[in-house]
Amino acid sequence: MLKLIEKGVVRFCSEMGNIFILLLKSVFWIFRPPLQLRLIANQMEEFGIRSLPVVLITGGFTGMVFALQSYQGFQRFGAETLIGPVVSLSICRELAPVLTALMVAGRAGSAMAAEIGTMKVTEQIDALETLATNPVKYLVVPRIISGIIILPVLTIFADSIGMFGGYLVSVNLLGTNPTIYVKSSFDILELGDVTNGLIKAAFFGLGITLVGCYYGFNTEGGAKGVGRATTKAVVVACMSILILDFFLTKVLWGI
Amino acid sequence: MIELIDVHKSFGNHHVLDGVNLEVKKGESMVVMGRSGSGKTVLIKHIIGLLKPDAGEVWVDGIKVNELKEKELNQLRKKFGMLFQYAALFDSLAVSENVGFALMQNTKMKRKEIEERVKECLRMVGLEGGEHLSPAELSGGMKKRVGLARAIALQPEIILYDEPSTGLDPIMADAINNLIVDLKEKLRVTSVAITHDMVSAFKIADRIAMLYKGKIIETGSPEEIKSSSNPVVQQFIHGEAEGPIPTLE
Repeated sequence: MLKLIEKGVVRFCSEMGNIFILLLKSVFWIFRPPLQLRLIANQMEEFGIRSLPVVLITGGFTGMVFALQSYQGFQRFGAETLIGPVVSLSICRELAPVLTALMVAGRAGSAMAAEIGTMKVTEQIDALETLATNPVKYLVVPRIISGIIILPVLTIFADSIGMFGGYLVSVNLLGTNPTIYVKSSFDILELGDVTNGLIKAAFFGLGITLVGCYYGFNTEGGAKGVGRATTKAVVVACMSILILDFFLTKVLWGI
Repeated sequence: MIELIDVHKSFGNHHVLDGVNLEVKKGESMVVMGRSGSGKTVLIKHIIGLLKPDAGEVWVDGIKVNELKEKELNQLRKKFGMLFQYAALFDSLAVSENVGFALMQNTKMKRKEIEERVKECLRMVGLEGGEHLSPAELSGGMKKRVGLARAIALQPEIILYDEPSTGLDPIMADAINNLIVDLKEKLRVTSVAITHDMVSAFKIADRIAMLYKGKIIETGSPEEIKSSSNPVVQQFIHGEAEGPIPTLE
């Protein structure tokens, strides 16, 4: 049992080390021209626009559910006016960045691992190298840049739709005064609540793309290997998001 | 032009190359034959620097490949074209983008010039007009042709062929063999092909080397190989189950 745990810890540390090495290589290649804008734009479309419906649905319903749940609690001591501030703070600081990242990890992170994994097992990555093209520069760098840019953008959408969802439920279903709801929701928000949420999202974007690319590059075997890489990429990306979230929250809000 | 000196390569406990020595002269067409899993692909990947030997040396044009840094290796790779076993076309790119890939990435050619070169390469492999197709729309033979067009786009001095006839029907395999011979004559390139298809080997080779148990056990012209006294070579070229090569290894 102890040996199994030891083996697991060693494997985890080694994988984290390798992911860090991939990060260093990517940073090295980011600053080497030319920056392939067309590839970055393609990835933004794949990563961002195609993830938008999922993100909007998640954000909207999270805001609505959160308003309902808060109402249940606050009603007990007559503090229904706090629903707006609580929803807006929770959405902007925590729920929108984290849930957006989790959704994108499930959708785009897995697709990334599957695509690169398939390229690996069909020798397309070897082909890239024989054509004197560095695979990290061609495949990883555009994905990382698009992830860092697009996750905060998606989070802004999730923030907006989440707060709007909370408003819809509070005003139309629970009878809260709309003016008071909107005013209290925005009065409580400070710029840092939004920007720190977006900084978190940028880190999550980096994490998702890095993990997706890493497991894609390390795919072994055929279709089964691609499946395994995809699953691993999603699991590790989701865990990384939650772990990163704790440390980023602690650092960004200085708690 | 290409020289492998005492090259060793292992994967885990499996010693794939066990002291390979091979020399390919400029302008020559060398075929390395051997059973599936004998290490032919590993050997060819050493020549282009996709794999590094555990021991030994790989020389191309007086440059020691296994000691090159990535930048120098990429520079050297511009001299190479490689046709992969299953073509390894980039499936997110159209045929024209596949063929023009190296030109886009490694040259300062204008879009128009690249388009012209892509057309010329596709014409050479008999696929003129197929620029807009995607790899998913191509048959096995067409994929190999596109792979070949991509390999010659940068006007390489050396072309490596990994099992050029694998997965093709005999007629298409012969068409690809003709294409390889034709390209060699037109472009005057040095080529190294690995195969276990003897028809293909005898058709395209100036010289043939036999890889067996991690070593090159025989080298010679197609005629010399045909009349070899080595029972391993004889069993292999005649495709017989009985002989010194065990059916299962």
